[in-house]
Amino acid sequence: MKAFADLYSRLDATTSSNSKLRFLQDYFQSASAADAAWAVYFLAGGRPRRVVPTKLLRDLAIQSSRLPAWLFEESYEAVGDLAETITLLLPLSQSTSSEGLAVWVQDRLLPLRSGAPDQMVARLVSLLSELDRASQLVFIKLITGSFRVGVSRLLVTRALAALSGVDAKRIAQRMVGYTDISARPTAELYERLIAPAGDDLQDTRDPGQPYPFFLAHALQTDSSTFDVQLGEPALWQVEWKWDGIRAQLVKRDGQIWIWSRGEELVTERFPELAALANHVPDGTVLDGEIVVWKDAQVQSFALLQQRIGRKTLGAKLLAQVPVALLAYDVLEWQGTDIRQQSQSARREKLVELVARAAQAQLLISKVLQGDAWADFAQQRAQARSLGVEGLMLKNVSAHYGVGRTKDVGVWWKWKVDPYTVDAVLIYAQPGHGRRASLYTDLTFAVWDAPEDVQERTLVPFAKAYSGLTDSEMNQVDAIIRKTTMEKFGPVRRLSPTLVFELGFEGISISTRHKSGIAVRFPRMLRWRQDKPLKEADTLQSLRALLPQSSSAELLS
Amino acid sequence: MDLVVARPEGLYCPPGNFYIDPWRPVDRAVITHGHSDHSRPGNGHYLTAAPGAPILRKRLGADIALDTLAYGETINHHGVTVSLHPAGHVLGSAQVRLEYRGEVWVASGDYKLDDDGTCTPFEPVRCHTFITESTFGLPIYRWIAQRELFADINAWWRINAANRRTSVLFCYALGKAQRLLSGLDPSIGPIVAHGAMAPLNQIYRDAGIALPATHSAAEVSDPVALRTSLVLAPPSAQGTPWIKRFGDYADGFASGWMHLRGTRRRRGVDRGFVMSDHADWPGLQQAIAATGAQRVFVTHGQVEVMVRWLNEQGLQAQGFVTEYGNEEADTHDVAPQAAIEAQLGSVPA
Repeated sequence: MKAFADLYSRLDATTSSNSKLRFLQDYFQSASAADAAWAVYFLAGGRPRRVVPTKLLRDLAIQSSRLPAWLFEESYEAVGDLAETITLLLPLSQSTSSEGLAVWVQDRLLPLRSGAPDQMVARLVSLLSELDRASQLVFIKLITGSFRVGVSRLLVTRALAALSGVDAKRIAQRMVGYTDISARPTAELYERLIAPAGDDLQDTRDPGQPYPFFLAHALQTDSSTFDVQLGEPALWQVEWKWDGIRAQLVKRDGQIWIWSRGEELVTERFPELAALANHVPDGTVLDGEIVVWKDAQVQSFALLQQRIGRKTLGAKLLAQVPVALLAYDVLEWQGTDIRQQSQSARREKLVELVARAAQAQLLISKVLQGDAWADFAQQRAQARSLGVEGLMLKNVSAHYGVGRTKDVGVWWKWKVDPYTVDAVLIYAQPGHGRRASLYTDLTFAVWDAPEDVQERTLVPFAKAYSGLTDSEMNQVDAIIRKTTMEKFGPVRRLSPTLVFELGFEGISISTRHKSGIAVRFPRMLRWRQDKPLKEADTLQSLRALLPQSSSAELLS
Repeated sequence: MDLVVARPEGLYCPPGNFYIDPWRPVDRAVITHGHSDHSRPGNGHYLTAAPGAPILRKRLGADIALDTLAYGETINHHGVTVSLHPAGHVLGSAQVRLEYRGEVWVASGDYKLDDDGTCTPFEPVRCHTFITESTFGLPIYRWIAQRELFADINAWWRINAANRRTSVLFCYALGKAQRLLSGLDPSIGPIVAHGAMAPLNQIYRDAGIALPATHSAAEVSDPVALRTSLVLAPPSAQGTPWIKRFGDYADGFASGWMHLRGTRRRRGVDRGFVMSDHADWPGLQQAIAATGAQRVFVTHGQVEVMVRWLNEQGLQAQGFVTEYGNEEADTHDVAPQAAIEAQLGSVPA
């Protein structure tokens, strides 16, 4: 555990990718395969199912520090990280453990799940007392699932590639599914990740294995420059950018696996798609978007989100909120990896495959037609009313790449501009991590009536955390402290003085919000120091942004 | 009667008709120490502990009307017996003891309990009422021993020197810089002190504190020597042309706030070293208990937390609103940094 905690501290202390890469290589070089297997898992974003409830961890910290609960909460507020707070409050430890990460996870952490809850605290206290402070922090982070240390999956892949001499793309391919919630890293699996090329035969592969997703780049230039930048439209396959869940559908050995973009296996969430087993031939992998599809059109993401939130999928729900896969690519065809074929060649096969399946829940993402970029700009202008996010432009000769690359052709996402409103800052709360004890979790409001109404009030409608520079953040923090009217725990109610332009991607009716409106991905676009409070937007102007049909869409 | 009350000008002693560390100009000011949020210009008369006099003169002008007391020495002012006692914070830092008609109050200023070797260590003073700071008044703050801290810093410097990379350590010019100096291992390489620190180092040396030799950046002309050196610089030197001469340097920051990962990451330095000249949580509790005071006033820092905690411990505690530090301790190092910059005026190159 010590070695892994040291790696964590070293990674945490630097912002340089090269240094991180070196630290990772050093660790993998000296760690046992079993330890390295778990290290890859956690560093690449793997999270085992929650073993210890968070509340129990809090209780443990409160008990062993002999502090009142309110003082624990004050401490947590200052630190902004639960695992770190607990570590800082535990009795100082003189021990250190040289047992490896694998032993700590497999033999100590995971078995806690099967123990009696009342013995869990005692067992944890005793385990923690075997660790030095740095290891305690890491161990608790593994428990709370908040293990993040500024290392991307890509960086782990690069470290393993440098170590093994195997191409990074091949390693990325082998790593797909490695961090799935049901996965159990083992020494053998790790050895397979770094085995020399040529050893990854089909038969050693998990039959449900998907491919790494090919990711799009954001297109931010004006469409008038497309002719120069992108060439003529005929070189591009243009589709809608669907607002759903990106997924791969894998059909092999008579069975279907559905993988989300986070490489999470979600087959059970979508029985409609699992039912495609009889209609899609073995040796097929499709890439597409899962959406709620009704009355021959895509429904709002909010509706899909509500369905995902349901624990049990009853017949009524499935009938009320049916999903479909809007397929837009085929990666495996008749058992062969065809990612090196051109976009247009893959498209032909996809068309044929979807037509042959002839199932209502397997649709093809249609290709949009246009002679000039201006035609597409016009279609993009309708995106919002059609419930899509914009357009996708895929180079007709592009291969299907690994991750966000441009080396084998490119996919562009040409999104519609975000909705914007000018809103007033009314509540603030300290942030977490790098923003701990800075007031950066902000709640924004709009007026409930137009300017000429005498007694109008501000109604909160969105929270936003991002979009400001560090220096703006510090300035806003200082103003928040000066304009506080009341404190409720960590939350400060402010005397309204600041106006921000907020941007968001979607808007829908909500019964759960005071304003009656929910917005998607709100963030601060600009601090409107030029804008007086009274000119901030109103609930009426916000409601005017709602799509026409949205009221009927909600789940009852 | 209350021997200290909060007034708009600062903490005021009504029977003695003087202020302690006032933040607006007054006639008579007792100064606990030379950090700029505690010793401000414009007062008619100053009284401070003798070892702190050169610091005040350097900062506020050679011509200020300044009286000094040795630690423990008493004077009587309008019937109030005033004496100053070591606070262990920086050179010349003092707690102010006030006695009037059998009632004893102590105002601590800023303090820490551990002996750091560069100033007279903190001495507990028995009193009825104690005025305490609360900069690090949360139980998450527990400092490691200074010996371990210096071992960490020297190990970091040694590795950087071996890689021929200059180590730049940011710290405040008064107190921190001298304390760091006293613990650095000069056998590793040359030590460079930023121009803003040199006069303060000299004051410490004149007071008989043993500090290793320091150089200005210009004095270390050999480029290899420069790459094995450790540079002490105030935070305001970050990003200045002066610092660019050290090339691709490794940097660290020494402050109690570095105890938290969030503040460490926000600082954007390679290493955060946890070194504070304030008491940690156990230190605050120990100091308060040692005074025997039944009544406690809490100033700058975690006022609400400490007041609630002390009341739950059976003491009679309340807060004083002051303009020391900043509104809350969690505004991290904004205040001390601003203080240092005010103290230094424009930073010499």
